[in-house]
Amino acid sequence: MIELNRVRKVFPGRRDAAEVVALDGVDLTVPAGDFAGVVGPSGSGKSTLIRLVNLLERPTSGSVAVAGRVLTDLPADQVRQARSSIGMVFQHFELMDSRTAAENVEHPLELTGVGRAERRRRSAELLDLVGLAERAGARPRQLSGGQKQRVAIARALAARPQVLLCDEATSALDQASTTGVLELLRRVRDELGLTVLLITHEMAVVKAVCDSAVLLEAGRVVDGGRLDDVLTRDDSPLAAALLPAPIADDRVAGTLLRVTVTETAPEAAVLRVLVGQLGLAVEVAGGSVETVAGGRHGRLLLRITDGDLSGLDTALQQLRAEGSKVERVAA
Amino acid sequence: MSDWSRIAPQLADATGETLYMVAVSAALTVLLGIPLGVLLTVTAPDGLAPRRWTNRVLGLLVNLGRSLPFIILLVLVAPVTRGLVGTTIGSTAAIVPLTIGAVPFLARLVETSLREVSHGKVEAALAMGARRRQVVRTVLLPEALPSLVAGVTVTVVALISYSAMAGAIGGGGLGDFAIRFGYQQFRTDITLLTVVLLLVVVQALQFGGDTWARRLARR
Ligand SMILES: Nc1ncnc2c1ncn2[C@@H]1O[C@H](COP(=O)(O)OP(=O)(O)O)[C@@H](O)[C@H]1O
Ligand SMILES: [Mg+2]
Repeated sequence: MIELNRVRKVFPGRRDAAEVVALDGVDLTVPAGDFAGVVGPSGSGKSTLIRLVNLLERPTSGSVAVAGRVLTDLPADQVRQARSSIGMVFQHFELMDSRTAAENVEHPLELTGVGRAERRRRSAELLDLVGLAERAGARPRQLSGGQKQRVAIARALAARPQVLLCDEATSALDQASTTGVLELLRRVRDELGLTVLLITHEMAVVKAVCDSAVLLEAGRVVDGGRLDDVLTRDDSPLAAALLPAPIADDRVAGTLLRVTVTETAPEAAVLRVLVGQLGLAVEVAGGSVETVAGGRHGRLLLRITDGDLSGLDTALQQLRAEGSKVERVAA
Repeated sequence: MSDWSRIAPQLADATGETLYMVAVSAALTVLLGIPLGVLLTVTAPDGLAPRRWTNRVLGLLVNLGRSLPFIILLVLVAPVTRGLVGTTIGSTAAIVPLTIGAVPFLARLVETSLREVSHGKVEAALAMGARRRQVVRTVLLPEALPSLVAGVTVTVVALISYSAMAGAIGGGGLGDFAIRFGYQQFRTDITLLTVVLLLVVVQALQFGGDTWARRLARR
């Protein structure tokens, strides 16, 4: 549905400032119906990337295709038409203060000449969808951040887009509103069959809503894939960013084991062997296990506090052979 | 004070002339100044439709208009006035230099107002597929409206003060009245009365403009 091909974006330097290579040969494919995330540190090029999808920013080289149309090959008026079928929400909502919530939702429809009655009907329907039917007449300044973003989502959906772009859509919101907005995004994706591309610097957001994600660093995609797949890979920088490994330093003394928990390799198998078979005393020294993309994933640091360690290495080898991801931390 | 019956009708005429000159030139100024302000904004290097040379030429013209003392402008535009009105004398003739003087003033204020509309809102509209003129009509102008109203108010107040100089070309009005009856006949009371009258008009305008702008901003 969205396809970026070898996209480069170079911002020319101004005066004595050097040019900035914001994106350095990015390939990205988002299949129809996917909820895809782009994560990366600040300045890694996330905003530039998402703005390329609807050509708010033109790539220096490379191509951008959405819904089978190569936007970078289209003349300006067709790009404009294509944009009206790509919804976008922003970090700071960007609602018009001069319009009520309902009028904001009608805005994209006005631009394409949809009649007043039809606009009214559509905005009522959409405000209902985002749970703000009773605030239709409110001005943006009378709404909370979370409510503003809901209105902005309704506006982005007004022209019945196939694709929804979210640029740090929850970064200006508190925790409770963030959860609500993310649930709404997930729900509209499911109900309307949208393809969503969301960029964020918050790993929690990716874990909460995305099916797939890519990790962007200094304008390059360094890792990516479906989350349930990525999280089972020990060497994945994206997995490490999503589920940081607990720190094993000299503050945690003793024999330490690292366990990568996945849906197919739960920690239960490891514990059964350590405690049940070897009779070791084991405690959790750090880490976490979460439900991400519908499965249990996590990184644990286990500490053996008591017991006979002679059979340990053999047992670990056996566990690994059976699919568990466990290894001893070098002392 | 026996001469009040003689002066009062003249004062009424002068007030009428001032209101006529200001009202017509204000209407023309809004009609021309807002589009000029929009052009200045959208053709700027970071604008919606950057046009380097158009922007520079417009900027230069606007600055020229703003830097000329009104009394000089009055003389300079006399040929234009004759072309448009047929004469360079009288209230109607004064409307031409008043408008030419006020348009660049308002255009700059409009430009400042439009620049205050966040770039994010413009981008939101572009992302919806808006044409540039739709961005101007549905985003820039409505979002800047409170500030535009304030700018128009300031411009109209400035027009009142410019119009006081219209007497120099026989345009009449309160300024002319104050000079002929107050200053030249050593009637400080008449000068003061005129000043008070002007003050009342300016205050009323400013109050009306402020209230309107505030009501718009509170939306
Ligand atoms: N319009 C611009 N002009 C010049 N440099 C820019 C512009 N937009 C972004 N950049 C630069 O491109 C890089 C990536 O920026 P951005 O895409 O905003 O990153 P992110 O959203 O990940 O924080 C940064 O170094 C930033 O300074
Ligand atoms: Mg950003």
